[in-house]
Amino acid sequence: MPEPFDPRYDMTEAIAPAGGGGGGGGGGGPVDPAASGPQALKGGSILNGGPPRGPWRLPLPWRKEPGRRLGGPAAPTGRGLWTDAWHDLRRNPIFIVSALIILFLVVIAIWPQLIASGNPYHGDLAKAQDGPAPGHPFGYDLQGRDVYTRTVYGARASITVGICATLGAALLGSALGGLAGYFGGWWDALLSRIADVFFGIPILLGGLVFLSVVTSGSVWPVVGFIVLLGWPQISRIARGSVVTVKEHDYVQAARVLGASSGRTLLRHIAPNAVAPVIVVATIALGTYISLEATLSFLGVGLKPPTVSWGIDISSAAAQIRNAPHMLLWPAGALSITVLAFIMLGDAVRDALDPKLR
Amino acid sequence: MGRYTLRRLLQMIPVFIGSTFLIFFMVYALGDPVAALFGDKAPDPATAARIRKDLYLDEPLWRQYAHYMGQIFSGHFGTAFNGQPVTELMASAFPVTLRLTLVAVAFEMALGITLGVLSGLRRGRGLDTSVLLLTLVVVSVPTFVSGTVLQYLFGVRWGWASPSVSPEAPLTELLLPGVVLGLVSLAYTSRLTRTSIVENARADYVRTAVAKGLPRHRIVTRHLLRNSLIPVVTFIGTDIGALMGGAIVTERIFNIHGVGYQLYQGILRQNSPTVVGFVTILVIVFLLANLLVDLLYAVLDPRIRYA
Repeated sequence: MPEPFDPRYDMTEAIAPAGGGGGGGGGGGPVDPAASGPQALKGGSILNGGPPRGPWRLPLPWRKEPGRRLGGPAAPTGRGLWTDAWHDLRRNPIFIVSALIILFLVVIAIWPQLIASGNPYHGDLAKAQDGPAPGHPFGYDLQGRDVYTRTVYGARASITVGICATLGAALLGSALGGLAGYFGGWWDALLSRIADVFFGIPILLGGLVFLSVVTSGSVWPVVGFIVLLGWPQISRIARGSVVTVKEHDYVQAARVLGASSGRTLLRHIAPNAVAPVIVVATIALGTYISLEATLSFLGVGLKPPTVSWGIDISSAAAQIRNAPHMLLWPAGALSITVLAFIMLGDAVRDALDPKLR
Repeated sequence: MGRYTLRRLLQMIPVFIGSTFLIFFMVYALGDPVAALFGDKAPDPATAARIRKDLYLDEPLWRQYAHYMGQIFSGHFGTAFNGQPVTELMASAFPVTLRLTLVAVAFEMALGITLGVLSGLRRGRGLDTSVLLLTLVVVSVPTFVSGTVLQYLFGVRWGWASPSVSPEAPLTELLLPGVVLGLVSLAYTSRLTRTSIVENARADYVRTAVAKGLPRHRIVTRHLLRNSLIPVVTFIGTDIGALMGGAIVTERIFNIHGVGYQLYQGILRQNSPTVVGFVTILVIVFLLANLLVDLLYAVLDPRIRYA
């Protein structure tokens, strides 16, 4: 018997191929015709027709719409969603590995001196581009600076940008999207159009134009820019999630009991609608780090006094024939960091969304 | 269908105006295009004022924008800083980027769908796991890293491909850059295909086909694949628009004189007409690609009907 037609599948719960997500509101699983078709039929909103974009336009398209799951019953064990998710996560090796890597990265971002005693700015031109030496396992860069020390110190910029940009985009996006989903009406329509405007701008182009006029080399303009172009993605997810949740009986009950809009939103809707936002935000964190490095590579993100993997890779790329080690270490560190966050997001999604496994 | 298309086209207008105005604002209000014309020198105030008047830069921003858009729709994209018409730059840049994008899309379709189908049919097996891991790694390595490393390995170390591309950019030289450009989308395509295959393999019509005793390759190609490829095709459709604008990094690494190259030069030199003109075209391409993809849903999947 060929595997795809394994009879086992017939026993498991079949995922409805079409229309399953239609009732769930405009949560915009990017390329999900099931979610998009009926929506287009009903409201004609192009909000949910939101296409996947280049590398930084997550939600990753192979993921299904996270908002849909909330409609389903919670864990049959009687435990809450969060307890259940935590129970799953603790047993997931991917989660443990990625969480350990991220913990390590955060620690060295705060105290790089813990594992690197040198000075990242100290250069010895006599040793320029030298290979590994005792006490300097990664070798030296073009200015004779220790690549190991610079790689360790580079974590700070990436982690700061990643976490701050994600927090900013998640807060702004879920506030705007949540309000739009809850109140609907003209504000909802306006927000959808505004989000479309931001989606219409290719993100790297926007970054180049916006950041090329900024002369400061600190992380904050980059964070600001990523928040500016990152919030529409989160707001779509949050809106779809809130639209689904607000139809539930307990929300109706709270409203009938006379709870104010603010109380309904914060106490009843938010805790039940936040899961998809967390999933998307975690995965977006990795891509934001990658975006920051790309902008720095192009020369418009962070600027040289700041130690950043993107800048180091950019200067190493020109020297790759003579000294590949200059490129290898920061590039490896960057890739592992992005990988860790994407894996963490994957694990969190699996835990919060058992149906999608 | 016709009414739906019309409504979508109408909805595109505010989005188009918003996106282009945002870029226009960034270029003309945050930067100073007149000062940029003088390079590092301080401009003579009288000359600067005259240039401002000639270029309508002394008007309020929305009037400048309206004037600019009026010019664009009558085909005048202005001139670059060296006197070359922007339309000329576009005529040389867009075919190159289009070729590069086509190489990338062909690559991601061929390899991505194959990998996705194979891993979807062997769900949970070794191949599936390794494809999943591979795509995870490919997504985590930023394009500028994979581009530089592959350029070094294939172009310099082993000499299999040309490390940089000549201005004519023939198709053979674009193979390696195309692979680099399509690498991230390849991961998306293969995972999307896999998810879709896994989901559809449980569908009733597949069971019917099995029960009828059809040969397996026929079930996979005629029944399963045809339905599973709908989201993939639509993803690739939008991806074409995104790849054209996102080729900046790849074009910079391989020295390809395409859209990304011209835009990068335009931005670095604050050459406003080039930047806004190219971005306007890209926004139009992107919006039209989205519309086409949404219409494609209905064509590919008869269950979806647009009122």
